Amino acid sequence: MTPSPMDPRPNAKKDRIDSLAQTAGGSGATATAVKDVHVGAAGKVKDTGGVSLIASAWSRLRRNPVFLIGAAITVVFVLLALFAPLIAPHDASKRLPQLLENLTPGNIPGPMSGSPLGSDEFGRDLLSRLIVGARQTLIVGVFATLFGLTGGIALGTLAGAFGGWVDSLVMRVVDVMLSVPSLLLAVSIAALAPKPSQWTVIIAIATVQVPIFARLLRGSMLAQRGSDHVLAARALGVKQSSIVFRHMLPNSLGPVIVQSTLVLATSIIDAAALSFLGLGNPDDRQPEWGQMLGAAQGLIQDYPHLAFYPAACIIVVALGFTLMGESLREALDPKSRR
Amino acid sequence: MSNATASSTTDPGTDTTNVADRDKARRWREGGSEPLLRVRDLRVTFQRQGAEPFEAVQGVSFDVHPGQTVGLVGESGCGKSVTSLAIMGLLPERGNKVSGTVDYEGTNLLELSDQQMRDKRGKDIAMVFQDPLSSLNPVIPIGLQVTEVLERHRGMSRKAATPVARELLDRVGIPDPDRRLRDYPHQLSGGMRQRALIAIALACQPRLLIADEPTTALDVTIQAQILALLKELVEETGTALVMITHDLGVVAGLCDEVNVLYGGRIVERGDRHDLFAQPRHPYTNGLLASIPRMDAPRGQRLVPIPGSVSDNLPWTSACAFAPRCSQPIEVCTQKMPELEEHHQRALRCFNPVEVSR
Ligand SMILES: Nc1ncnc2c1ncn2[C@@H]1O[C@H](COP(=O)(O)OP(=O)(O)OP(=O)(O)O)[C@@H](O)[C@H]1O
Ligand SMILES: [Mg+2]
Repeated sequence: MTPSPMDPRPNAKKDRIDSLAQTAGGSGATATAVKDVHVGAAGKVKDTGGVSLIASAWSRLRRNPVFLIGAAITVVFVLLALFAPLIAPHDASKRLPQLLENLTPGNIPGPMSGSPLGSDEFGRDLLSRLIVGARQTLIVGVFATLFGLTGGIALGTLAGAFGGWVDSLVMRVVDVMLSVPSLLLAVSIAALAPKPSQWTVIIAIATVQVPIFARLLRGSMLAQRGSDHVLAARALGVKQSSIVFRHMLPNSLGPVIVQSTLVLATSIIDAAALSFLGLGNPDDRQPEWGQMLGAAQGLIQDYPHLAFYPAACIIVVALGFTLMGESLREALDPKSRR
Repeated sequence: MSNATASSTTDPGTDTTNVADRDKARRWREGGSEPLLRVRDLRVTFQRQGAEPFEAVQGVSFDVHPGQTVGLVGESGCGKSVTSLAIMGLLPERGNKVSGTVDYEGTNLLELSDQQMRDKRGKDIAMVFQDPLSSLNPVIPIGLQVTEVLERHRGMSRKAATPVARELLDRVGIPDPDRRLRDYPHQLSGGMRQRALIAIALACQPRLLIADEPTTALDVTIQAQILALLKELVEETGTALVMITHDLGVVAGLCDEVNVLYGGRIVERGDRHDLFAQPRHPYTNGLLASIPRMDAPRGQRLVPIPGSVSDNLPWTSACAFAPRCSQPIEVCTQKMPELEEHHQRALRCFNPVEVSR
């Protein structure tokens, strides 16, 4: 489930992240337990883990309609975003003469030939604006998640690698950030910026994601710390830095990466919310779904379709990422292996 | 080679006694060579918040001489792994207290700093663990895991270390080592993984190797191969080996001297041949009676030791083994027997098994 941006129970949020980390960290233990059964039964060590885990996850994903729908939505969205200028029938920032002809203060032209969704309130092609808006939405979502991921990995590694007071300090900061509802935090951060722009939105949303990733990574790092292969590496006198970056971190990243597909969905919604509130890019020559939704607000009585289309886009794309991320996580969770 | 091991695995302590072997063991004992590892009164206490402190190792002392193979034998939970982890300095940082001394070539390992200990591990003392799959890093090719130690302790570059790694894999009997260097752990069979781990452990030619149940996770034929390989390698390189196992068959094929642990204390110690020929502690005797022997008369039943570790009495006020013992006397439940040394044997028992032969 995508965490609702206004989760009234911050502790529920924390617990959820921790349980995610546990399922991931528990994978080692579960695999061992399963293997012990094999040892007892057949006297032979069965191959588990590694690529075979990924291979079995993939074979299940391929047959999972939820994943396929999510992946299809995501692929369409990403293609639209990448090739937006080529796909859009018109220039999204230009007022079109054939639309302007019919545009009067009392009438916004609806669908017509060459403009299947009609005009926006300034005589620009609505469909083209939606398609180009996909690009802005993708940019914001991806960059916010990347930055959030980077920050979260840095903090989580710090906490998980050193433990002790470093861990306590980092995790207290993370807890404080998690205790503020994420959208509220994002709004506050975005409001701090002297001039609203796309990048303030990205930074605000990335900041909100840092604690989620940090807590998740720290959890699986701690599980790795107690794992057999880390003990074996320590028994070889391997340097602390290699233990962290070669033995613990690569084995801890799985759940974090999976989680980032889910977080992409939230960040798209959050980005739309910030733009809607006027904290995003004010320049409407570069359309963005949340911004379009905000602009359509005043006209919603007479022209609900102006709000409906961007809202539907936001919902469908967020749903696509959520479905994909959720089924990915399920497939990679050893507890759900059949 | 593997034949010899296989036969003695099922045939401990019979007339196939290798006289030269025995002499060698005697020399370690009498010749006064300085021990490589001298463990004295090692104690490990686990303290958990809200729980009673638990002393998993209660004053264990033993020596390992250069090139010698010493067995630590005992059933699950008797403290074998904790002993080995304490020697290696690998116990968790918090929640336990270690006391006593672990002298390695005259330096007390327990007093070394983390950094000094890291320099020793893998270079002077190495360890092989029980589960070969989970002891290898799943996301790194085998080759890199071998070169990693070489880079760390021998200051080699990755490039210089690769042919050495190849050589090592070849030495431990991994076929097609060039390909295996690039393989990931899950692509190897269980036996091959354990071979790879042995290669990694022996990469820097340590003087002491601790093997904690290295064959438990493997099937029987592979077990014999791995034991044969270990034996061959330690003989060839003169590496001393501490063999931790619950399997007396393993001990019979491999060890010069055997320490039998019960409930965190050594209850009997002796030369392998003497111990198998003439067990004095009822626990050792029970262990021997509970494994199949080739020389036993047909139809003789195997006798398991009754009860389980949970029946143990605390060592401080009694003999911990008394409730499961086949021949307890009154004093056994009243005070603790001391470990007494006589004739190159050590025994902790009030009422030892009669000498028959
Ligand atoms: N980290 C720990 N915290 C608390 N108790 C521990 C810890 N590690 C081990 N113990 C306890 O110490 C005792 C000895 O454990 P150890 O692992 O040495 O047994 P073992 O002889 O190696 O058994 P096995 O043959 O099953 O490996 C056990 O009772 C165990 O519960
Ligand atoms: Mg053990």
